[in-house]
Amino acid sequence: MNPALNPGMAPVATPFFFYLLAGMAIASGLAVITRRNAVHSALALIVTLLSVAGLYLMLYAPFVAGVQIIVYAGGIMVLFLFVIMLVNVEISSKERQFNRIWPIGLAAACALLALFMSAFTKGKALFPDRMVALPESSNTQQVANMLYGEAGKMGPYTFAFEIASLLLLVAILGAVIMTKKKI
Amino acid sequence: MADITTLHYLVVAAALFVLGVIGVLTRRNVVIVLMSIELILNAVNLNLVAFSRMWGNLHGQLFAIFIVVDAAAEAAAGLGILIAFFRNKETINVDEIDLLKW
Amino acid sequence: MPNFIMSYLGSTVTPGQAGNQFWALIYVLVIFAGVAVVVLCMNWIERKALAHFQIRLGPMRVGPHGLMQPFADALKLMLKEDIIPAEADQFVFWVAPLIGLLASFTVYIVIPFGPSQAVTDMNIGILFMLGVSSLGVLGIVVAGWASNSHYPLIGALRSSAQMVSYEVAMGLAVVSAILMTSMNASGTGTLSMIEIVRAQQQQGIWFLFKFFPLGFVAFAIFAIAMVAETNRAPFDMAEAESELTAGFHTEYSGLRWSLFMLAEYAAMIAVSSIAVTLWLGGWMRPFPNLLHAPAWDFIFSLFPGLTFGGLALIAFIGTARMPSHSFFKIQRIGLAVFAALLGFLALLLLVIVVAGRSADTSIAARLNEGIGYVYWFMLKVAVFMYLFIWYRATWPRYRFDQLMRIGWKVMLPISLGVLMLTAIVGVIVS
Repeated sequence: MNPALNPGMAPVATPFFFYLLAGMAIASGLAVITRRNAVHSALALIVTLLSVAGLYLMLYAPFVAGVQIIVYAGGIMVLFLFVIMLVNVEISSKERQFNRIWPIGLAAACALLALFMSAFTKGKALFPDRMVALPESSNTQQVANMLYGEAGKMGPYTFAFEIASLLLLVAILGAVIMTKKKI
Repeated sequence: MADITTLHYLVVAAALFVLGVIGVLTRRNVVIVLMSIELILNAVNLNLVAFSRMWGNLHGQLFAIFIVVDAAAEAAAGLGILIAFFRNKETINVDEIDLLKW
Repeated sequence: MPNFIMSYLGSTVTPGQAGNQFWALIYVLVIFAGVAVVVLCMNWIERKALAHFQIRLGPMRVGPHGLMQPFADALKLMLKEDIIPAEADQFVFWVAPLIGLLASFTVYIVIPFGPSQAVTDMNIGILFMLGVSSLGVLGIVVAGWASNSHYPLIGALRSSAQMVSYEVAMGLAVVSAILMTSMNASGTGTLSMIEIVRAQQQQGIWFLFKFFPLGFVAFAIFAIAMVAETNRAPFDMAEAESELTAGFHTEYSGLRWSLFMLAEYAAMIAVSSIAVTLWLGGWMRPFPNLLHAPAWDFIFSLFPGLTFGGLALIAFIGTARMPSHSFFKIQRIGLAVFAALLGFLALLLLVIVVAGRSADTSIAARLNEGIGYVYWFMLKVAVFMYLFIWYRATWPRYRFDQLMRIGWKVMLPISLGVLMLTAIVGVIVS
């Protein structure tokens, strides 16, 4: 993505926005796992999803950012909020929040974090900035080409696309049948 | 700190992943466990899109789109199970969902 | 710094594309002010129009013909006591109107009032608009839950279920309009709002009339779904006074309620703008390709001035018809001043038109063009606003199960059918 070729696409204040969005994502991620009230957790998760959508925009993936906002923040989170309201047990926000073996869980997660950090520090050379440039102005066009195929042939993800629609149908049926009172 | 490389995005994704893992392993409220799973999936998505930019092709972004679709289906199914269970036992704590325990 | 400010003035792209943050900020502030003014006008027009539909007069006392009524309402709402129900979640109660307001106002950064009169032109413009307007549902759900009372909770759940259902039909109608943008020589469509209007200009036909009746049915689906999206009559079961004591905003009083009302009207304008951009040709004047001569250009560019001149004339006639009693002296003077202001605005616009006729690239000519684009866009949106008020005055509201049945069993199959037929006809024609 050469700013000289596309002057309108030159990023502005990239480090500032990256640190802002990354900080928001991690802070609200922390809020998701520590809040006592489930609705507060859900609101924090919405902030996380929107910051991650912003990070996608910075990674020159506008279509994935749009899909994230529409599906995740506008669809899945509404579903979560509905369910939280339906199963809102008043007692549950006054009970113990963390289970009895939480030190073990925390230790396991810290071990995982140490593994990640060692992988990143030792393998720093494996993750250079950019190998090949990505054109942005036709990102949607390229996604469509890969999903639907072009020039009459099937694209690499056409079959997966059809299977995904079947998956969604199965999920809808499953959710409807599981929540019926009498099958 | 002027140049934001792929590694920066990978570190953010790893942090979100670890936060999600902590949430799954330590919380008692089932809905919050499901939300932590969504955090994990988002971290994986961020990883994929960062690598897609690094390699310069769109396979990472396509995979990320499919993961978003998959997460929607999984959230629907998981919340359906939660509601069905809540009707039976009136509780949403993972510790107390132990009907199969001997 | 002045160089940075002045360097934008000669360009033909939006400030966002030119990377000029100063002008983008100016445009955002102008949009804020504009939306606030339009919401005030909408409030007055709604009360007067509803009243006249019901053969009564509406507000008449606060200003001449009730013109100051919106200001009085705004003042009252700001000075009212801020009541928060007991046991309500303080933080979430405070945040809920802000979510709705953010979702409604963020949409305005991609609305094209003209080919370069938008804050920015994203490549995924329509995707962005659909996504951000679906975030408004969250504000309603959270507002209903935070009030800690059963009427708001039921109202919020009903309202959000309705909005989510009609979003599906809306999205499919939008997709069939986007499909029509790809019926050109290169076979490439676009998601950018400005490019959609340019596609209509290049194909020489509003998408409303394309592949008749497919474009028209898609537009009708969107027009119905957008009324349901904004919780307006006849789909306002969730906030109807006789059913649910004002639904999800029952417990909100004063300034917080006015934030909800502002978010609702801003959402109405935003979805009407989407409809205008996708089907009605956006900022284009009627018949831009058919009647292309400079004489026709001149006639159509007189319209903004003549509209305000007509409004000034109506206000003058109102002044003349006021009873000549001493009680009405202040109202008469007020209405005369208002009429004079409108007349002055009309005169200003006509002077710009005449001055812009002489040279092609002078400031007056470019101002003339810009005013023309914004005027035609706002005229089409104003037609939709009036339709919203007309629906509210005329039709009874749907019961909630009827509403959901229409959303899923009628609108979704029809929009799917229109999408498939548009694709088939498009492939056959090209």
